[in-house]
Amino acid sequence: MSFDKERFKSPYSFLFGSMNLRTKTLLIISLVGLILFAIVVNSLFINVDNITTNFSIKNSQPSLQHPFGTDWMGRDMFIRTMKGLGLSVIIGAMASILSTMIAIFLALSSTLGKYFDHCVSGVTNLFLSIPHILLIILISISLGGGIIGVVVGVSLTHWIPLTRVLRAEIKQINTSTYVKLSKNFGRTKWWIAKNHLLPLLIPQIVLGTILIFPHAIMHEASVTFLGFGLSPHEPAIGIILSESMKYLSNGAWWLAFFPGLSLLIIVLLFDLIGDNLQRLLDPTQANE
Amino acid sequence: MVELKANKIGFRYGGTKKWILKNLSISLKDNQVKGLIGESGGGKSTLCKILAGYEGNFEGELKIDKLNTNDSKFNQVQLIFQHPERTMNPKWKMKQSLDESWEVSDDILEKFGIKKSWLNRWPNELSGGELQRFSIIRALNPKTKFLIADEITTMLDAVTQVQIWKLLLSMAKERKIGILVVSHDKELVNEICDEVVYLDDINHDIKYNL
Ligand SMILES: Nc1ncnc2c1ncn2[C@@H]1O[C@H](COP(=O)(O)OP(=O)(O)OP(=O)(O)O)[C@@H](O)[C@H]1O
Ligand SMILES: [Mg+2]
Repeated sequence: MSFDKERFKSPYSFLFGSMNLRTKTLLIISLVGLILFAIVVNSLFINVDNITTNFSIKNSQPSLQHPFGTDWMGRDMFIRTMKGLGLSVIIGAMASILSTMIAIFLALSSTLGKYFDHCVSGVTNLFLSIPHILLIILISISLGGGIIGVVVGVSLTHWIPLTRVLRAEIKQINTSTYVKLSKNFGRTKWWIAKNHLLPLLIPQIVLGTILIFPHAIMHEASVTFLGFGLSPHEPAIGIILSESMKYLSNGAWWLAFFPGLSLLIIVLLFDLIGDNLQRLLDPTQANE
Repeated sequence: MVELKANKIGFRYGGTKKWILKNLSISLKDNQVKGLIGESGGGKSTLCKILAGYEGNFEGELKIDKLNTNDSKFNQVQLIFQHPERTMNPKWKMKQSLDESWEVSDDILEKFGIKKSWLNRWPNELSGGELQRFSIIRALNPKTKFLIADEITTMLDAVTQVQIWKLLLSMAKERKIGILVVSHDKELVNEICDEVVYLDDINHDIKYNL
């Protein structure tokens, strides 16, 4: 194996070259996690009302003092972006957790019997047949928009992949020879659920939640950008982006560029955590 | 004396039309070591699964005579599978898999040639033969009354095979466990069994249908 490792270095090998995969993965996860945590905590201390408007520096290009430039009211775009990112992560977290709960509930229901299983796959197919963004907009509007509208809209559209994974996993474990053997040893359903099912499902659930995150954030921003999500008073990235559209033609490219790029980076960071976590949970690579 | 009786068993796999077993009767006493021989694909493993309660949808009846039934859900007919790999949770260490059945003494582990260090390994870190020793011991729960041994030693070398069977037979005698020995290996079956039956003979309805 050492020979293979030498030849197929990961792109990050210059950073963590000598560490084993497990430590490396854990390090990446905690580092990225820390960054995201810092963004959220930082944004909680930013009071939007206190972002000073200063018309003497309105529409100024990115500079050392204002790395992301300023807007048409002379507000610092870096601070506005940071606040928006924090909000995005918080909304993403709420939506992911809610989605996961829906997925767990549906996956468990589908094991109750054939009838329930049919119901679950029926609901799954129904939701699959409507485009995500449309459904989110409809749900968000019908709930009157705002944070609740967006969170519910995003949650109700993002449980499908995890539900499928959990349902398949439960089915596979329940029909496995070792579970049948367990029953023959006199073990009860509860005992089997606790000892055979749960330990195998928990990693999937954690991973599933994190993989929903980037989608949730992107969809929240898009819906808000289109005007069906958070209200214009919220300091959300989607709002910043849609406002900046008016000024793009004046050449104020930084108004959209930096907030958009930051959002993209956040999404990529979550993807990075997800990928690494997946690698960590994959038993075939656990010992490397 | 307790007896396991299967009367007029008929069976076909769900969704298929072909009968694998038809009108088959077989019995096993708790002081008996009975051999079952049959050609590949004849339905030996299928019969084993029925006897041990792994296949519910069969014709005929399966009963245990004169057993003072205790309430425990533990099945007194234990099957040792041909392939031990699938009988262990891949995310459990061997110790946990053993404990799922009963608390095995060090003495027994040693007799079956299981090294202490194996207990801390994952199933995929043991050879088929090593795993099979674990699944044999798991089936030897003190509550077990009948053992269905479906080609359990095919992956062991001749010397180990003899050693394991000697042990298994002596434990069975001591605890009054009846064993059904399923194998292709006529020599082995003739060597260790009190009585040998041929699947074709007891499953004759199928034979003549062909
Ligand atoms: N799950 C299944 N679904 C459908 N058919 C099956 C299934 N399992 C086995 N069969 C078929 O049932 C027949 C009997 O299989 P079985 O495994 O009982 O044979 P066997 O006598 O144990 O053979 P061997 O000596 O090779 O182990 C075979 O024709 C096989 O193809
Ligand atoms: Mg077989």
